[in-house]
Amino acid sequence: MLVLARRLNESIIIGDDIEVVVIDIKGDQVKLGIRAPKRISVHRKEIYDEIQQENIAAMSSNLQPDTLKNLSDFLSGGGREGTGDKNGSDPAKKGKS
Amino acid sequence: MLVKITTKPFGETEVDEKQIIDFDDGILGFDYIKKFAILDSKDNSPFKWMQALGHTELAFIIIRPGDFMADYRLVVSQSDLECVGAENPDGVLVFAIVTIPADPAAMTANLQGPIIINPKNRKGRQAISLSEGHRVRHGILDEMKKTAARKE
Repeated sequence: MLVLARRLNESIIIGDDIEVVVIDIKGDQVKLGIRAPKRISVHRKEIYDEIQQENIAAMSSNLQPDTLKNLSDFLSGGGREGTGDKNGSDPAKKGKS
Repeated sequence: MLVKITTKPFGETEVDEKQIIDFDDGILGFDYIKKFAILDSKDNSPFKWMQALGHTELAFIIIRPGDFMADYRLVVSQSDLECVGAENPDGVLVFAIVTIPADPAAMTANLQGPIIINPKNRKGRQAISLSEGHRVRHGILDEMKKTAARKE
């Protein structure tokens, strides 16, 4: 990794058209200004990490098509309890009474 | 043209090649997957499957944000749009990846990293939302209740 020391209001240039300026330094926080063409996207790295973690969590949703069908019913019921058959279509409940 | 693929939810199935989307940069955490097939669920559900091609066990559940949040608006950078060859947000289809925990009522949708797809060239990408209000976990049912409350 290239390491450069910079003071307040000094900047670095990346490529020909990206400039990063040190705008403010307070305690352990540094405020950076970034001047870059519109096509260059700039994000805090935590955002990437969060999205990556959430993708992995989503992929571990262990789902069968039946579960999805139940979920859709659940959604169309607005998430209210007891939208299903009260007489116990759930096989787990059958035969207990 | 129909293509035969193997999927997590339906096993071996045929899809129209138009349903196969190129993700040139992959998806964060799964950047080795460059192609996904978008499959409708078999009931009339708002959910769809996003099946990784060549990795049968890897499939996301996705939903259109507009299906649970009436005032959803896509806000992403020009570069994200250009990556799929679109000029503006109206040119792409938008989906949110759904995470379903043990209690399905707590299912959430990721609006921080929306999936954008240009139907014209079938290129897709996980973009990064620039809207402050978009987070990685939005309770789908909570949002639906908010939307319903606003309508009343």
